Amino acid sequence: MEKTINITLKVWKQRNPKSQGAFETYTLNNISIDSSFLEMLDILNEQLINEGKEPVVFDHDCREGICGMCSLFINGRPHGPDDDVTTCQLHMRKFHDGETITVEPWRSAAFPVIRDLMVDRNAFDKIIQAGGYVSVNTGGVPDANAIPIPKDKADAAMDAASCIGCGACVAACKNGSAMLFVSAKVSQLALLPQGRIETAKRAKAMIAKMDELGFGNCTNTGACEAECPKNVSISNIARLNREFLFAKLKD
Amino acid sequence: MWLFKSSIGKKLIMSISGIFLILFLTFHMGMNVTAIFSEEAYNGICELLGVNWYAIVGTLVLASGFLVHVIFAFLLTLQNRKARGNKRYVHSKAPAGVEFASQNMLVLGLIVCMGLLLHFAQFWYNMQFAELIGNHSNNLIGSPSDGAAFIKHWFSIPWVCAAYLVWFAALWFHLTHGFWSALQTLGWNNAIWINRLKCISNIFATVIFGGFASVVIVFYFKSLV
Repeated sequence: MEKTINITLKVWKQRNPKSQGAFETYTLNNISIDSSFLEMLDILNEQLINEGKEPVVFDHDCREGICGMCSLFINGRPHGPDDDVTTCQLHMRKFHDGETITVEPWRSAAFPVIRDLMVDRNAFDKIIQAGGYVSVNTGGVPDANAIPIPKDKADAAMDAASCIGCGACVAACKNGSAMLFVSAKVSQLALLPQGRIETAKRAKAMIAKMDELGFGNCTNTGACEAECPKNVSISNIARLNREFLFAKLKD
Repeated sequence: MWLFKSSIGKKLIMSISGIFLILFLTFHMGMNVTAIFSEEAYNGICELLGVNWYAIVGTLVLASGFLVHVIFAFLLTLQNRKARGNKRYVHSKAPAGVEFASQNMLVLGLIVCMGLLLHFAQFWYNMQFAELIGNHSNNLIGSPSDGAAFIKHWFSIPWVCAAYLVWFAALWFHLTHGFWSALQTLGWNNAIWINRLKCISNIFATVIFGGFASVVIVFYFKSLV
């Protein structure tokens, strides 16, 4: 038999970026523990629409943990109480019957709230536009053995590339720092021969943009790494520091 | 200039000034421990660090390093609070694996500063500063270069000992994070070294704490007998 739970939701409601915003409380009954957190929010919204009320606005897209659209600060943790998953992969079995679940948007000066639980993460796109690419035309897919790459480098680049840019690192950081995101984006290219060439330029440009957009300064607390749904390591931050400092010292 | 403008530049300043202060602490701890073994040797060092140009220049360099560390700490903290935004999470918990010290470096630093004020009033003011203003004669506790007399006097008072131990404990927390964090900022870190550096941090902070605390404890018990 399918198990269901009754829950109370405390959800942040905010009409627009300028309005004050406040928590609103909803009760939901008979939620299957097999449903995902976002499916639960869908049920809530359907219930609200049927009652003639405004639904709760939240970001979501692929719902399989790879697009980086879903966010939500659930019960004091980005992407909720489960480890190494995004909100869309979080299931209601992680909550117990009668629990009150607090749902807040990412809170950071660089991520202003658009409405309710949806925040503007354009700042990340601007950082990528500043240098998070390889600027030569790479043509078709080259033969896998054409450029030999050590296995450990390939693995580290792949691990850095697993960053989906969801912003949980900024949301978790007490300083609102985007260093984990930027370091992952710099590392995934710096570790591979094609991206290596522009590393110095890229690190300088992306850090300059990150500072300009009002993200905080990293103090190495490691909260980002602990909350990252993709387990991106702060050793990437050390690599970014290294690349940036060497680049500046060479100037 | 990038050193003062960029986030990593400012962190580099924190890192370098921090490492400089760590080196000074190591020297100061070594000098204190000398007092346990030989009060004459300790007074020898005190005499060396009285009023002469090397000691005064050294003190000024140290003070400026300290000021840089404090000024940038406040500058960075203010920026970080602004970046965090005005709205705070109502429900938030530190994730597992995040050190207590790492989230409270400014508070720990302030405790260290307060301890430093007490320490200046009790030791430095009566020693190097007294000589600096030309007072070479004995005051209530002893001659300005008789460091051992000051140690014996202050560490016979229980509340002074307790205050110093609290001070050293705050320093221990500050160092457990500060040591490896400084190296991470310099870029010396990877998936393997992070655990080694954290381990070295803990050992180093404990050695510093142990060295300083042992002097307080030894002289307190010596004052009882």
